[in-house]
Amino acid sequence: MRIGVITFPGSLDDRDASRAISLAGAEPVALWHGEHDLHNVDAIVLPGGFSYGDYLRCGAIASHSPIMAEVIDAANKGLPVLGICNGFQMLVEAHLLPGGLIRNDHGKFVRRDQVIRVENNTSAWTTDFAAGEEIVIPLKNGEGGYIASDETLKQLEGDGLVAFRYMGVNPNGSMNDIAGLTNARGNVVGLMPHPEHAVEPGFGPDTATRMQSGTDGLAIFQSILSATVLS
Amino acid sequence: MPTIVVEVMPKAELLDPAGKAVAGALARLGHTSFTNVRIGKRFELTVEGPVTDATLAEAQKIAEEILSNQVIEDVTAVFEAK
Repeated sequence: MRIGVITFPGSLDDRDASRAISLAGAEPVALWHGEHDLHNVDAIVLPGGFSYGDYLRCGAIASHSPIMAEVIDAANKGLPVLGICNGFQMLVEAHLLPGGLIRNDHGKFVRRDQVIRVENNTSAWTTDFAAGEEIVIPLKNGEGGYIASDETLKQLEGDGLVAFRYMGVNPNGSMNDIAGLTNARGNVVGLMPHPEHAVEPGFGPDTATRMQSGTDGLAIFQSILSATVLS
Repeated sequence: MPTIVVEVMPKAELLDPAGKAVAGALARLGHTSFTNVRIGKRFELTVEGPVTDATLAEAQKIAEEILSNQVIEDVTAVFEAK
């Protein structure tokens, strides 16, 4: 299975995402924002970082970059797309997921190992989790406050489209403690925390048994392999 | 050069953490006449040729579709700079 990782000017976590894909057992394919070619990949990751220096709004300029025309078209046809952090911001700017992300309510950049609960384990990127499973992966953002209208929130909750929810503390003022969303079809998922930073023992969050041994993020990248085999 | 100004503000009902931080600084500096600060954006679009109803309409369209995100912001003004 080939999973594309798109690099934008200012992407930071594209290589981490590629490494996570390799560790999960798939082949990462480097894609470039300025092309109009998805190179026949089976899924796409929009990585974290600060595309275009967060100018205009986080993810806004990237969401209008050349390759996003193909990404939006493919996503609407069912191609699995995962947006992490800045990638999640691109997905909301591209209207592939509803709502918006604004500056953290406390005004500070936050970096912490964050507990989140898997609320929807039926999306293409969450099938390898148990429903309600709590995982720990790093969170690092300045503008991760999820907001949406009351009507949209009601629909997200009613339809089970909240994919991940912050547990313990709400690190950025997100409404309903929302950390990540899926679309109704389950192929497009976005989240603020970084699963690609918790995929290899020695480089992940601390666990009860050993420092930096957390690999809870790997299941996101393994899920897409399972989901594609099933479908 | 003819210029069209577009102003965008965070939606009134949303928290504006940047504005809140500035308001806090003003209070610390003793400027107690001001109770609230909100920070928005001003875009200056330089127009090729004269500003017409068509270029104003186009500016309004890009203001709503690209320069602002209607989920979190409002376009508060689109006008020709004098």
